[in-house]
Amino acid sequence: MDRLKALLFLTSVIILLCLPAFSQTDAPTRLVGDAKPAIESPAGPPSVEAKDTKNDDGSAIDVSWQLSPDDQRLVTKYQVLRSKSSTGPFEVAGETTKGQHTYTDNGVKVGESYFYKIAAVYEIKSTDSTSVTGKGESQVIGPIKPIAQWFNMRRLNVLIWLLVTCAAILFYIMQAKSGKELYVRKIAGIDAVDDAIGRATEMGRKVFFVPGIQDMDDVATIAAITILGRVARICATNETMLDVPVSRSLVMVTARESVREAYGKVGRPDAFKEDQVHYVTDDQFGYAAAIDGMVMRDKPAAMFYMGGFFAEALILAETGNNAGAIQIAGTNQPAQIPFFVAACDYTLIGEELFAASAYLEREPRLLGSLKGQDFAKGLFLLAIFLLLILAMFGYNWVSIMDVS
Amino acid sequence: MKREIPLIITFVAGVAFVLQYFIPHYPFNRFENIFSDWFSIVGAFAIWLGALSLMKLCLLNISKKSSDWPISLLIIVSFLAIVIAGAIDGFHGLNNVPATSFRDPGTNFDWLYQKVYTPLSSTMFAILAFFVASASYRAFRARNTAATLLLFSAFFVMIGRVPVGDYLSGWLPERMQLSHWANWLMAFPNTAGQRAVMIGIALGTVSTSLRIILGIERSHLEG
Amino acid sequence: MKKYYYWIILAALIIVLILLPKPLIVSPTVSTIITVLLGLALAGVLVLTLRGHMIGRRTVFLFIGVSLTLPFFMNYRMPIKVSPEVQTLYDAIAKLPPGSKVLAAFDYDPPSAPELQPQAEAFMAFAFKHNLKVIIMGLWPQGPQQADMAVTKVLQEPEIRAKNLRYGVDYVNLGFQSGNEFVIQRMGTSFSGMFPRDIYNTDYDKIPLLNGVENFSNIDFVFNLSSGQPGTVEWVQIAVDRYGVKLGAGNTAVQAPSVYPYLSSRRLTGLAGGMTGAAEFEQATKEIGKANTYILSQSFSHMVVIAFIIIGNAALFVGYRKSKQKGA
Repeated sequence: MDRLKALLFLTSVIILLCLPAFSQTDAPTRLVGDAKPAIESPAGPPSVEAKDTKNDDGSAIDVSWQLSPDDQRLVTKYQVLRSKSSTGPFEVAGETTKGQHTYTDNGVKVGESYFYKIAAVYEIKSTDSTSVTGKGESQVIGPIKPIAQWFNMRRLNVLIWLLVTCAAILFYIMQAKSGKELYVRKIAGIDAVDDAIGRATEMGRKVFFVPGIQDMDDVATIAAITILGRVARICATNETMLDVPVSRSLVMVTARESVREAYGKVGRPDAFKEDQVHYVTDDQFGYAAAIDGMVMRDKPAAMFYMGGFFAEALILAETGNNAGAIQIAGTNQPAQIPFFVAACDYTLIGEELFAASAYLEREPRLLGSLKGQDFAKGLFLLAIFLLLILAMFGYNWVSIMDVS
Repeated sequence: MKREIPLIITFVAGVAFVLQYFIPHYPFNRFENIFSDWFSIVGAFAIWLGALSLMKLCLLNISKKSSDWPISLLIIVSFLAIVIAGAIDGFHGLNNVPATSFRDPGTNFDWLYQKVYTPLSSTMFAILAFFVASASYRAFRARNTAATLLLFSAFFVMIGRVPVGDYLSGWLPERMQLSHWANWLMAFPNTAGQRAVMIGIALGTVSTSLRIILGIERSHLEG
Repeated sequence: MKKYYYWIILAALIIVLILLPKPLIVSPTVSTIITVLLGLALAGVLVLTLRGHMIGRRTVFLFIGVSLTLPFFMNYRMPIKVSPEVQTLYDAIAKLPPGSKVLAAFDYDPPSAPELQPQAEAFMAFAFKHNLKVIIMGLWPQGPQQADMAVTKVLQEPEIRAKNLRYGVDYVNLGFQSGNEFVIQRMGTSFSGMFPRDIYNTDYDKIPLLNGVENFSNIDFVFNLSSGQPGTVEWVQIAVDRYGVKLGAGNTAVQAPSVYPYLSSRRLTGLAGGMTGAAEFEQATKEIGKANTYILSQSFSHMVVIAFIIIGNAALFVGYRKSKQKGA
């Protein structure tokens, strides 16, 4: 009896120890060393389509496919296989994760024909960094030839708006040249330029002109240089010291020429000194720190901030305010406009910066372009209003404003 | 010709850039890349102009013993320190196998960057916090209707964007809570204003660019 | 107050901060007492203003300095509600299946790190824990270095360390490339054309993670951390508009308002703005980090600024009253 009990006990223990061997799952597990069991291959995508990508330079083909029936169960990724012949050899053009059914192949050359097939891949990675894959491939489709288009139709709406804006600008320029008086509303910030420089002249202190931290490829910097020319002319006439610290070397070169010409125009080329326009540093906060130091030491009576500014805007404006200077600012960065409004005496908001040159010069062609710009803005407002009304009645034509 | 040549170059480059935006076909698709490469190369060489101008000005200040000559001396010392540190690390790194860069961690250049430049930059940025407070103290005053509206907007956004707003108004229905008001102000009035300013700036940019391309605007060339 | 008094106060503060044992966290009771004292000090300033004694900007600076510093020693935790923009961002990232390739564009520098570094760390931790493959690059020179710091920190976490993540297989840092928005445009055609090597000089073709990653069509999501230009606006205008990329962003508080138009037009899939956005993002991803500590400082400083706005308006009304009395 005792022996039987002992035998039963031993048998139970052995069975219990062997139980885990019977509880294997089908989930992918890490393989050790060379153990590579036979792997199930997912079914290939049932259909594939490939066509030339529209509105491009002929370097792309759009490939789309129906998901493999095993997409959820087995597929780990899809491979887009490309070849120049229907029989191969095929190379991997790209991969997507499961669930995705489109791919844009940007590795093709214009005018050459290509064949495609899609492989649904089931991959198991082993601990020694090798992997075992099962693949199910679709049929081969092709040939498809990528073609370069001569016009990007997705940008047709931009072209139309651009032509309308340009036509308006040119029309009003012609009107202005023909002698018609064009009304431009008062811009307080620009009117204050002369007064600000006059104040500096009376106090015998400097005028600082800060043209922003952007380079010459930014239109705001060019607009700033235009205003600098005007400021330099007034300073030259009044014999007021003008200091222009700049953040970019190309801006230094351009600003120097502009100031030199301005001094020459009013008959004071001898008063111009090259070091009036000087480079400080490209670094944003280094530039702000340098200007702050100059302002606190020199205590200018007037400061102009014109151009592209970022986080340093408020640092500069507050320091100028502490120094007691009258400050006029204008920037094309919407995020910085509130800071300038809070800290400066006058702020040119948005396109007023670009209107400044026309406003100051009062030249007919420049005023005409201002009117044209306003006309285009009026058209935009009308379009927004009409589309809003249409959208309220369920007609969603917002896509005509879409750009890509 | 001194004025005409820049105008011709501006016109050709401007038109080319406009065309490449609409025409994807070769060779127009190459314009943007080519011009941006040229701009980068010209800009890189132009840095020397700026650096030499800065050094010249500083040396002049030092020689004349003008009022801020110690600052000019500091600029020259800092400039040389970082250039020499980078050069030494660069040459040393070239001798390593594989070659390392002067910017790699552990180099003198990296030490100067991490321990000197980064704290200085961060300090300047941190000054904004104080300046925002003093600007707010001065600017947000109920002088007129518009200023009062600005004042209340600032109040709601400032208090609604921090947890204190929810802490104080958590007992109210969700639509009455301060964070809801702050989000509404950011999502609607602010967005509307930002869009309006952006449209205006875009149109101003188009107009100014057209004037520059056509040579109507020449003040940046001739003062 | 005489000028040198301010220097004495500042020197005393610095000495006290250096000598105090660290970390020094006071109890909630002491935190409440400090808050009440600060409130009373502000009330005192208000009373002085109403009596006609105008305060200078240095007083404002002093209060701001104190309100930013003291919360670091306090033991307050305020509940943070996740805003809809941050929830949208989190949902978009959480929906990505394991193995998805995410391009993380680090377009900021050290001064913006207090706001953006917590977002970077929360994102990297979430990505690593959910087996997302991260490709790091930057349009700002210091961006990839900031990314490196975030990755190094996040890899120390026990849960992530246990995963034995490998550089080049689970994440890669392609470094910085100059050219601003032109880089984004050219990445639409070829990543390897813009980044022929990674930050450690390994060829693009030799990096396992980048096999089959030609351009944006092989990327499942782009997460951009930006504090200026080039930044989120350029990513939207080029990557989203031209190449149909799905983009989420973290921005500084200054830049966030100008990015809202893209959020409402659904070109941007979620936005974490400023320190508040960083704290909310940490809450949403459950990767509680520095932002949840810093947000208390921000809360205090906001309240102090609001108090000074009230004081400023009080000064304005006192001025009106005086001028009326003079006129009468």
